[in-house]
Amino acid sequence: MLSSQIKSNEIIFGSCNKDLLEEIIFYGLGLGADFVEIFIENIDNSSVLAEEDFITSVSPSFGRGAGIRIFKDKKDGFVSTNDLTKNGLMRSVSQAIEMLDITDNKKREVFNGLDKHRDYSLSKKKWINEVPSINEITEKLLVSTKSLKKNNKIITRKGSYSRNLQEVIIASSDGTYVSDIRLHQTVGLNVIASDAQYRSSGSRRFGSSGMPHEFRLWDHEKAANDVFESSMNMLYADYVDAGQMPVVLANKFGGVIFHEACGHLLETTQIERGTTPFENKLNEKIAHESVTAIDEGISEGSFGSLSVDDEGMEPEKSVLIKDGILKKFISDRAGELRTGHKRTGSGRRQNYSFAAASRMRNTYIAKGEHSKEDLINSISDGLYCKSMGGGSVGATGQFNFAVEEGYLIKNGKLTNPVKGATLIGEAKEVMPKISMCGNDLELAPGFCGSISGSVNVTVGQPHIKVDSITVGGR
Amino acid sequence: MNSKEITTQISEAADSLNLKKWDYGASFSNDCSVQVDKGEAKQLKASQKQILTIRVWNESNLVGITTTSDLSESGIKKALNQANIASDFGNKNERTEFSPLAKDPIEVKDSKKRNPVGIKKLLDLLREAEVKLLESHESIKSVPYNGLSESFYERVYANSDGAFRSYKKSQAALYLYARAEEKNKKPRSSGSVKLGYGVEDIDIESCIKDASNKTISHLNYSPIKTHKYLICFSPESFLTIINAFSSMFNARSILDGVSLSNKNSIGEKLSTQALNIYDDGLHEKNISSSPFDGEGTPTKRLCLINKGRLENFIHSESTARIFKTMPTGHAGLGSKVSVSPDWIVVEKSEENSALKTSLDHSTYEGEFVYIEELNAIHAGVRASQGSFSLPFDGWLYKNGKKISIESATVAGDIKYLLKNIVNIESNQEVTTSGISPHIWVDELSITGDA
Repeated sequence: MLSSQIKSNEIIFGSCNKDLLEEIIFYGLGLGADFVEIFIENIDNSSVLAEEDFITSVSPSFGRGAGIRIFKDKKDGFVSTNDLTKNGLMRSVSQAIEMLDITDNKKREVFNGLDKHRDYSLSKKKWINEVPSINEITEKLLVSTKSLKKNNKIITRKGSYSRNLQEVIIASSDGTYVSDIRLHQTVGLNVIASDAQYRSSGSRRFGSSGMPHEFRLWDHEKAANDVFESSMNMLYADYVDAGQMPVVLANKFGGVIFHEACGHLLETTQIERGTTPFENKLNEKIAHESVTAIDEGISEGSFGSLSVDDEGMEPEKSVLIKDGILKKFISDRAGELRTGHKRTGSGRRQNYSFAAASRMRNTYIAKGEHSKEDLINSISDGLYCKSMGGGSVGATGQFNFAVEEGYLIKNGKLTNPVKGATLIGEAKEVMPKISMCGNDLELAPGFCGSISGSVNVTVGQPHIKVDSITVGGR
Repeated sequence: MNSKEITTQISEAADSLNLKKWDYGASFSNDCSVQVDKGEAKQLKASQKQILTIRVWNESNLVGITTTSDLSESGIKKALNQANIASDFGNKNERTEFSPLAKDPIEVKDSKKRNPVGIKKLLDLLREAEVKLLESHESIKSVPYNGLSESFYERVYANSDGAFRSYKKSQAALYLYARAEEKNKKPRSSGSVKLGYGVEDIDIESCIKDASNKTISHLNYSPIKTHKYLICFSPESFLTIINAFSSMFNARSILDGVSLSNKNSIGEKLSTQALNIYDDGLHEKNISSSPFDGEGTPTKRLCLINKGRLENFIHSESTARIFKTMPTGHAGLGSKVSVSPDWIVVEKSEENSALKTSLDHSTYEGEFVYIEELNAIHAGVRASQGSFSLPFDGWLYKNGKKISIESATVAGDIKYLLKNIVNIESNQEVTTSGISPHIWVDELSITGDA
C-alpha cells in the first residue's frame, strides 16, 4: 500500500507513470493551456581523460529533472525543475500557466488520456551493463596516448572518452506517451607538436549512438597515426596567402560548413526569427544542381540518430535540397505551430532544462559521381581543406570556418601544407558555387550548440569543390 | 534543504561510508527569462536548478569526484559512493589537497542582491524595449535575438576540515540584437548586452540606443582590400583577444603544455612597457564577482602584466604547490581542477612615454580599421600556437569618413600583437567581460572581399 502511494506521487523510472502524467496534463489543460508537454530525464554519464601516460580525470555524474512546456495560442512557457514529485510537477505547470498569463480556463482542450505506451527502451535496458567499464576505458586510453608518442616533437598527448546514457519519458496532451534510452559515446585524440619556433596541433574525434560495444572496436592505432601525421604535416607549414580562390573540401567533417552555413538556415527557428534568406524559397533553386542535401535521424549508430525525438516523434529522412531545389525545412512542434512546416522528428534539446527546438540530426550532402582526384585536377590554383576546425554563422548568414589542415593546389596537384586559413562567405552565395561532388560520402560526429543547447549530430559530405570562396589568411 | 543542512548530511553520509576527507561545491539557482517577437511574448522560461559536486580522498590520498542534481539523502550517498569508486582512478601523478586558504577570511562586500521583479514585469519591459528599438530607425525591421532575464543563486564550498563559505547573489541581463534591411543591400545586424544586479539596475535606454546606433552604423558598408592596416581595438574586442589567449597566464595550461608561456616565463617581456593587465574578480563593476573560487580560495586582484612584463600566473591549489607559491583564487572544482581568469582589467602604465598619443579613435584623421567586435573565437584562435584568424565587425576610417566593413577577418599572432601596441588610450571602458581602454596596434593583416 505504502509503496503504491509513493509511486503515484512521484515519477519512478522503469515503472508505469501513466496515471501521474495524465493527472499533470489534465491539470494544465484545466488551467487553460492549449497544449501540455512533459519531458523527464534520468542521466548517468561518465568521462575519462588520459594525458601523456596518466589518467588525470575520471568524472561520473548523474541526475534527473523535468521540463514542462505549455502552449497557449502561439506562445509557450517552459519551466524546468529537479523536483519530480507530483507536487513539484504541478507547481511547474502552475508557474508556466502563470507566466503565460492564462486567465481564461473556460475553453478546455479535449484530452482523452495518453495513448498506448511506446517503449523504445525495452531492448536498451541492458546497455548500461554492456558499455565498457572504467577499467577497460582507462587501459585503452593509455595505450592510445602511448601510441601517439612517435617522436620527440610531440610535446602533448591526450585521449578522452565520454559516455552519456539518458533515459527519457515524454508525455503530452496529444496522447504521446513514450519512453526511450539513448547512449552516446565519444573518444578523441589530440596532440601538440613543437620544434623550435614551430607549433602545430592535431585532433580527431569519433562517436556513436546506441552501440555499447563501439569503443571496444575503435581502431586507436589508426586514429593515432592519423593525428600524428596531421600534426607533422602542419608543423612547418607557412601561413596561407589570403584571397578569393577555388577550394576542395574533404569529406567527413568537411560537412560542417554545410551544417553551419546552410543547415541552420533551414531550421524553422530561423523562419520564426526572420533570419533565413531561404524563408520563401521552397521549390526554388538555392544551390548548384549537383547538390542534394539530407537531414535524417535514422542511420544506425550515427551520432545524430535517435529512435524518437524529444517531442515523442519518430525521426524521418528529410531531403532538404534535391538537385539544387529547396524541398523542406527542419521542423519541431513550435516550428509547425508558428510557420506551418510539418514536424520532421527534429525536436531536440540538450537536456530537461531546455525546451525542444528544430535541430539537425545526421546532415550531409549526398554523394556525386566524381573522384577526389577529379576535383583536385580541375583546379590550377586553389586550396585543399583536408581537415576543418570549428566555425560560426552570424545573424545575417555570414559564416567563417578555420581550416585545421590545408594544402595548396597547383596545376591540379596537392603541394605545400598551409596554416591559418579561414573560409568566409554566405550560404546563399556559396551554395550555387558547389559545382562538383565526389563519390566518397562519409559522416563524422560532432556537437552542435544552438537555442536548445548542445546536441549530438553527424555532419558529412563527399569531397566537394567550391568554385570560389574568400580564404582569410595573412 | 539549506547549505548548512546539506553540509551536515554529506558529513554524516561520509562518516557512514568511512570517508574521512571530502569537500564539495554546490550551486542553487532560480532563473526566469522572456523573449518577444514583434510585441508578442514568444517564449517564457523559468528554472529551478541544483548542482552538487563532491570530491573524496581515499586511503591512498587519491581523489575521486561525482556531480549530481539529486540532492536527496539517497542521491548524496550515491554521489559519495561513486566518488569513492572514481578515486581508485585518481591522478597518481599530481596530488590534490584542500586549498591552504579555504578558511582564510573572505572580502565581504555588499552583495547588492535584488528582489525578483517577476516574469510579467520582465515581459512588459522587453516588449517596450523592442518597440522603442524598432521605432528608432526605419531600416530596423526586427529584433530577432532578444531576451531579458533575472537569476538568483547561491554558491557554497565546504570541506571536512571545517571550511564553509557561501554567498547569495542576483543578476539580470538584457540583450537586444536588431536586424536592419534596406533595398538592394544585404541585411545588417548588431546589438548590445547590459548586465545588472537586478532588472532595475539595467540601463535599458542605453541598451536600446547602443543596439540601434551600432546596427544603423553598419548600413552603409563596403568590402575592404586585403592588406596590413593600423588597427584600433575597441575595449570589448581587446578584452576578447586577451581572454582568448589567457593560457599565457594560466599555470594549469603551462603544466598541460598548451600555453605559450613556461614555468620560467615570469619576468618575460611580452609587450610595450606601457601595458598593465590585472585580473580583478572583485572589481566593483564585475556584476558576476565571486568572493571565493571552486576550492574555497578567496578571490583577489592579481597583476598579470606589469609594465609589459609577465608578473604572475593564475593558480589552483595543485598548480600553486607545484610552482611553490599560493593559490590565487582562480580554480574551478572538477576531477581535474581547472584554472581561469575572472575579470580582466587593462590599463596604461606609468611608463608610457613611447606611445603615439595622437592616435585617438575619436579624433585621429588618418587611415585605420576600428574593430568593434571579434567573432567566432572558438574557431579562429589557436591558443597553444599563438595565432588567430577572426571575423570581426568594424569600420574603415579613411579621409575623415568611416564606412562599415562588409565581411573581413583579422589575422595575426598574439605575441606580435602585444609587442606592436602603439597606443593605449587613457579612458577605460567597462564591458561585460572586464575593463579596457581602446588599444592601437600597427600592421595587422586584414582579409576582405574587395
